[in-house]
Order: sequence, then structure tokens, then C-alpha cells
Amino acid sequence: MAGIAQLNLPSGEDATRARIIARNQLARRATSDPFWMKAIVLTLSLGFLFVFFVLPLALVFQEAFRKGWEAYLKVFDDRATTHSIWLTLQVALIAVPLNTVFGLAAAWCVAHFRFRGKQLLSVLIELPLWVSPVVAGLIYVLLFGRQGLLGPWLFEKDIKIIFALPGIVLSTVFVTFPFVARVVTPQLQALGRAEEEAALTLGANGWSTFWRVTVPKIKWSLIYGIILCNARAMGEFGAVSVVSGHIRNQTNTMPLHIEVLYNEYQFVPAFAVASLLALLALLTLVIKSATTWFADRALRNAAL
Amino acid sequence: MSNTSPASRSLFRRDFVRRTLLASTLLLSASLAHAEEPKLLNSSYDVTREFYKQVNDLFVPFWKAKGGATVQVDQSHGGSSKQARAVLDGLEADVVTFNQSTDVDLLVPAGLVAADWRTKFPHNASPYTSTILFLVRKGNPKGIKDWPDLVKSGAQVIIPNPKTSGNGRYSYVGAWAWSIKNEGGDEAKAKDFVKKLFANVPVLDTGGRGATNSFAQNGIGDVLLTFENEVHLTIRELGADKFDVVVPPQSILADAPIAIVEPVAKKHGTTDLAKAYLDYLFTDEVQEVAAKNYFRPANPEILKKHAASFPEIKLVTIDEILGGWKKALEVHFKDGGVFDQIYAR
Repeated sequence: MAGIAQLNLPSGEDATRARIIARNQLARRATSDPFWMKAIVLTLSLGFLFVFFVLPLALVFQEAFRKGWEAYLKVFDDRATTHSIWLTLQVALIAVPLNTVFGLAAAWCVAHFRFRGKQLLSVLIELPLWVSPVVAGLIYVLLFGRQGLLGPWLFEKDIKIIFALPGIVLSTVFVTFPFVARVVTPQLQALGRAEEEAALTLGANGWSTFWRVTVPKIKWSLIYGIILCNARAMGEFGAVSVVSGHIRNQTNTMPLHIEVLYNEYQFVPAFAVASLLALLALLTLVIKSATTWFADRALRNAAL
Repeated sequence: MSNTSPASRSLFRRDFVRRTLLASTLLLSASLAHAEEPKLLNSSYDVTREFYKQVNDLFVPFWKAKGGATVQVDQSHGGSSKQARAVLDGLEADVVTFNQSTDVDLLVPAGLVAADWRTKFPHNASPYTSTILFLVRKGNPKGIKDWPDLVKSGAQVIIPNPKTSGNGRYSYVGAWAWSIKNEGGDEAKAKDFVKKLFANVPVLDTGGRGATNSFAQNGIGDVLLTFENEVHLTIRELGADKFDVVVPPQSILADAPIAIVEPVAKKHGTTDLAKAYLDYLFTDEVQEVAAKNYFRPANPEILKKHAASFPEIKLVTIDEILGGWKKALEVHFKDGGVFDQIYAR
């Protein structure tokens, strides 16, 4: 049987190559879609992106510059506006490093340890993604409000949590907790721990193994997680709205201040501040693309 | 990957982490140690933003001229009841300036406001009054003149949520009052009238300003029911060419109760300042500002002076219609109350 088959077919390298090409073509045809299908799906997704993302973003800038550059710049002379920007930066500066540490620790646990309740931990990490931000804010009111669980004690000791910076930071930390952990965990899992084991065998201690081996490996996904976390921390509205008290010059973050300005018919200032958040979103997008590219490359290099 | 040796990279990294930590600690302590000028926080309702901005700008030099420090008055605005809730939950407002007495009364059991707060300032502790008017689209295409037209004309009516907004509650009571006074004082008829009215309400915003935006900015509805001052402010801010005011023959009297949140002011050491601030609201200077913002000044002489701004209108009170706010809340606005019954769909 084998002999006959060999006789009927061209022999040698050419034959093999021809067979491979044929198989590839067949495979490509079977998995490729007809032209009209491609056109519809592409139009749909691009059209959707344009109408619901690009257009609104462009409108934000158009509204912000409606009265020109000078009016735009003058917005940032206002004390309440600069305070809201400053407050937002403060919140992000506290919340993002905290969540980087928490997120890394959680990712490390899930990727590297086997323990009872690991499934529960991975579920809990994602909890803030399913809980509505309003609820995230309300739980802190229930906990720290004057009539809350710890409220009376806190008020006696004159410790302000809600309607002040700590409450805003807490609710922001809650809402942005999953980002670093969720981005880093898969990468940690994919890369395994062989290199760490090698480093430890060669006499490195745990700390330097972490900084010199693990962090460089996951660098790009970590950066991506951090900027994602930062974008959300600066843009969070719902949870912060509940615990803020909306005091201008004190507890209004940028998103809350935008609402205040809009409600006071100050449209140019409202959209000027909004344009800063939109810029942040664009910047996040750029960094995200860069980091995914670098992360993919790192993974490919590791696989080779 | 770069060519730097692992050792120097890790050194750099450690240094970076240390520096970031240091920087954030410094930032934090700097923000905590912010220079302390005396501050006053006024928690107010949604549509007084512009009024208190003007008042605060006047109060700062006034207080300084009296020998006080340069004071900073901060504002927080939202639906009146939502604001009261926040103060109850621990928002440290030194003074509250709401739009109905129940929101102040809410703070009494918690010891935040004295039970006799009504007697602490002139005019029943209400520096001005207001009422509910109608704002319609230019030319009044639906021909709305009075409360029954809101039901009959098939117009869409914008009213903020009566459960979270005093503004919405006054509109609700205004409609109830019209029926009581014009349909024979029958409660079942009044309930039916209000039910028909709210069947025409497409959105319930949580505060008065949100409702104004729904109507004026987002173009929803044919008529907006809101405070007299908000009606005029909307016209001034968003164009006299777009809207007309409709003054119904009868509407509801809305007062604007104010009070000191005593434990908070005591804690902040601002009791005197808070008292001076609220007293200041009754001076001729601020009464004039109130009139210019279309709030009906409590001072009868100043009200008379601005009579042209305030059309004659028969004003009924919540006490005569529903036996006071306390009872109204109990019967109409608590969970499962009349409002919930009529708004259930």
C-alpha cells in the first residue's frame, strides 16, 4: 500500500511543500469569511466605536474650546477647579500605589500558591467589578457615617472618614482594586516560576528574586494595570459621589466638579475640566497599546 | 531589554520606590497641614447656588469690616432632603439652609439642631419665601395657564422626585392644593388629580437643578414645575427667547428654613461666625440680593419695593392643605405612602 501511494505522488521536498501549501490554503478558506460578512462586521464595530466613543470625545473638546483658547485657559484660574484637580491627583497618588501593592500580592497568591479558598480569593478580587459603585460608596456611609457602625466612636475621637479625603480614597481603592491584580495574574501564571526557583537555588533572597526576576518579567502588564487603575481612580464618579458631600474647595474631585459646573450652566468650564479627563483616557489608550505590544514581545521571547 | 546590570537596575528601582513613597507622604502631610483660615460650610438645596455665591462674596468683606478674620464660606448643594441626610450621616456643615422645615426637623432628634430653631432667627427663621411657577416653551404651545391644564393638555411635565427634593414636594402639594380648593375639598379627587399629573411626568430627577437641566438643556417635556427663582434664573441663563413663565392663579407658599448645626459649629469653633452669617441673611443688603434673585424677601418693605418682580398670586400653605410637613411626610411621602401609590406603574 505504502509503495503504491509513493509511486502515484511526486516525491521529494517539492511534494512536501506542495502538500503543506494545499493544506494551508484549504485551512484558510475554511476559516475565512465571505467578503460581505467581513464588511458588515467591520462597519458595525467601527461605526459603533465612532458614534459612541470617538464622536462624544470630539464633542467634549469642541464644547471646551467653544469660546477659544483664552476662555479655556481661564477655566484653570478658578480656585474650585484647581482644587478639584489637586484633590483628584491626591486621591490617585494614594489609591494607585496601595492598589499596586495589594494587586501584586493578590496576583502572587493566586498564581503561585495552592491553598484552601484560592478560588474564593480570585472571586473576591473581582467583586468590585460587579458591585455598583453607588453600593461601594454606601457601604462606607453605613460603616463610618454618624449613624453607622463605627460612626459614633469616630465622631467622638474627631476622626473624619466620610465626607473627607479618607472616605474618597477608601471608596476609590475599593472600586479600583481589581485592575492590577486582574492584569498581572494571567501573566504570572503564564510565565511560571522556574526562573524564580533558579534564582533562589543560586542563592538570591526572596526580595531580590522578586525585584530582579519577577518584576522585570511582568513589567509591562504591571504598568498597564497601574495606568488602568489610575484612569479609573481619577475618573470614578459614583462611589466618590456618595461619600464626598460635594463641598467645593474641599471634597469635589474632578468628575464631581464637572457635574457641579454643568449644573451651574458653566458649560465651557465643565467641558474644559472634562477634556482633561478625556486626555487622560487618550493617554491611557496610548500607553495601553504600547504596553500590550511590549508584553506580547516579552511573552514571545520567553516562549522561544 | 536594556544593557544596565541587574544590580544597578534594582538599585534604581528601589530608589525610585523609596522616592515615590517619600513624595506621597510629603504630599499627604502637606495637604493635612493646610493653613487654617476660619471656614464655614453651608449645606443648601439645589437651586440656591447663584444666590449664596453672591451672599458669600458680600459676607466675607462684611465680616472682615466687623473685625473678623478673612473667612472662607464653602458650599454644598443638592436636593434638600439628600443634603439633610448627608448632615445626619456626618457631613460637617456649620449651617443648613434648606427649603422645608422637615429637613431641618430631621436633624433635631440627633441633637444636631436645637428643637426651637424656628425661634432663633427672625421671620420664623426663613430669610425669604418662594412658590412654584410653571416654565413652558416659548409661545406656550400647549396653552398651559393653570394646574388642571397640566393634566388636560396631555403635556409632559417635569417635576423633580418628591421623595428626595423639596422642590418636587412643593409641586406635588401645589397640585393637591389646587384640587382641594377647586374640586370641593375631596381627598379622593385630589389623589386622582395628582395621580393624573404624575402620569405625565417622564423623568424624576433627584434635585431641582437636575430637573431644570432635563427640561431646558435636554429638551425633555413641555412644562417645568419649579421654584419662582429657578424659573427666572433659567430664563436669564438659557435665553428669554426659548421659554415663557406661566403664573398660575394659585400656588403653594414655600419657606426657606435656616439653622445652625450646633455640635458641628461648636467643634469647629464657629458658633459666633455661623450666627453672624445667618443673621446677615436678614439684613437689607442680602434681602435686596434675594429679591434680585427672585426670592420673595422676608422683609415686607423690600418685598414691596420689588413688587414688580413678584406677581400677585394666591399662596396657600402646607399647614392649611395637609396639616403641616410632618403629617404630609407621614401620609404622602414615606415608603408606601400616597406618592408611591399614585406613581406605581
